Amino acid sequence: MIEAKNLTKRYGDKTAVNDLSFTVEPGRVTGFLGPNGAGKSTTMRLLLGLDRADAGTATVNGVPYRELAAPMRVVGALLEARAVHTGRSAYDHLLCLAQTQGFGKRRVDQVIDQVGLGSVARKRAGGFSLGMGQRLGIAAALLGDPAALILDEPLNGLDPEGIVWIRNLMKSLAAEGRAVFVSSHLMNEMAVTAEHLIVIGRGRLVADCSTEEFIEHSTEQSVLVKTPDRERLAELLRSEGATVTDTDEGDLDVVGLEAPRIAELAAAGGLVLHELSTRRGSLEDAFMELTKDAVEYDAGVTTAGGVK
Amino acid sequence: MTTVTAPAPATTVTGGAREPGFADLMLSEWTKIRSVRSTVWSLVILIVLTLIATVLFMQMGVANWDKSDAAQQAEMRLDPTGTILGSGILLSQLAVCVLGVMVIASEYSTGMIRASLLAVPKRVPVLVAKGAVFGLVVLVVGELTAFLSFFLGAPILNEKAPVSIGDEGVLRAVFGCGLYLSLLGLFALGVGAIIRHTAASITGVIAFVLVIAPMTRMLPGSVGKHVHGYLPTEAGFLITQQHSRASDVLGPWQGLGVLALWTAAVLVIAGVLLQRRDA
Repeated sequence: MIEAKNLTKRYGDKTAVNDLSFTVEPGRVTGFLGPNGAGKSTTMRLLLGLDRADAGTATVNGVPYRELAAPMRVVGALLEARAVHTGRSAYDHLLCLAQTQGFGKRRVDQVIDQVGLGSVARKRAGGFSLGMGQRLGIAAALLGDPAALILDEPLNGLDPEGIVWIRNLMKSLAAEGRAVFVSSHLMNEMAVTAEHLIVIGRGRLVADCSTEEFIEHSTEQSVLVKTPDRERLAELLRSEGATVTDTDEGDLDVVGLEAPRIAELAAAGGLVLHELSTRRGSLEDAFMELTKDAVEYDAGVTTAGGVK
Repeated sequence: MTTVTAPAPATTVTGGAREPGFADLMLSEWTKIRSVRSTVWSLVILIVLTLIATVLFMQMGVANWDKSDAAQQAEMRLDPTGTILGSGILLSQLAVCVLGVMVIASEYSTGMIRASLLAVPKRVPVLVAKGAVFGLVVLVVGELTAFLSFFLGAPILNEKAPVSIGDEGVLRAVFGCGLYLSLLGLFALGVGAIIRHTAASITGVIAFVLVIAPMTRMLPGSVGKHVHGYLPTEAGFLITQQHSRASDVLGPWQGLGVLALWTAAVLVIAGVLLQRRDA
């Protein structure tokens, strides 16, 4: 179990992580979402003892990372930035890490097979593609057969085959009872991989709930209505308390009334409907909606509105 | 290639519940040193170039014997060992400084340091193990170079300034040469750990060792003499002389001790900073 309690980290007068508390439970994949600059990587570095928190605590199984005697047996980590000497072969990289934990060559061979790097294990890591580098990073994380995994953007640079591979790997690791904490900016990928989500914006907790709940609560459900009697229907629905807006295509977007009720009202008013469909926002929409006030680097374009 | 296999059960992986110890860390640091080709080649080149330089300088010294002035001849007769070792040390100490910096600074430039600190989050043991392994490697290479230099150089110098390994102070000087290189390498490693940038660290160490330290010789008076005498390389270098000079403020072992103190101080600062800074 990974636990953050009131974590705070400042760089100069910029607060990267602000009073952040959450728990990552074993046995499931927990997605860690947030816009760029929200503090995801910093939070992970605090959990792993690479950065020192200005306030609060981060523990794994109740122990701060820096006090673990054989940390790789407890937590496996993949950092966003490369953490490999470019002049060393993948095999030697894993071997020197394995040796710090008292493991031998057999374990190195095992993880190399597990991540499918067998054919390039003796080549210099400096020549690896982004995807191969990620596999090497995953191999290092798995070395100690850890109870918890902290993976920062593991999907970066992977081809579709690699993405499916990591998705299945994370799910199987969680199914074995491990805590899997994975950050990503790919919302839709998290929707299919993570059961639970922790969302942050500007270093603060925005949401901590199941993926299902997250989508349900943070996206508005709306009903698309096509009708030849636009004005009359809109008036009718507004009088029932709905919010009605015109879409670019000349249809109606209705919020606040369920589809059956709209159909009833239309029938009662003798109005013709050509289409009536309920729309639910995607995880992408939910995320944008939730973090729109917490975006660190705003390009000045309201992306949230443009996705629909 | 992409099949997902479940990790082996913990018992077979961890090989029992043995706590990893300092020996494991040293083994890991040894793997790091031997698995980077540039480090291995630098050490080989260090040995070869030092030996070539020694032979060349000794032959030039003998060939130009009659053209050199009396003071130079007297110096070479007084201290043939220092003459033999001195020509090679100029080169090997440069290489050792660069290597000492590289061993730690390359971990920062490549990001490897993060993997190292994730594996050993208490941090200071990483620096200690790295220093121990690198120091031992340079000691072995340094002794090898020093003894080979002596046994190659002495026969060449024999007709003008005869010297034997059994003469007073000779064994100490030759053996001390390896110790000097090893300590200097650790000094550079400490500087690299403090500065964390390869180019800046190398420039700093070499400017200090080759330019600033020798320049302090020109400082006036007794204060100047002592400042110069107590600088790390100037003090440490004394161990490679067969006989002390009247102008030396320290004896050979005292000088090496002063270098050792400088090195210890730099490494302690490096350790404290490693503990405190974000990686």
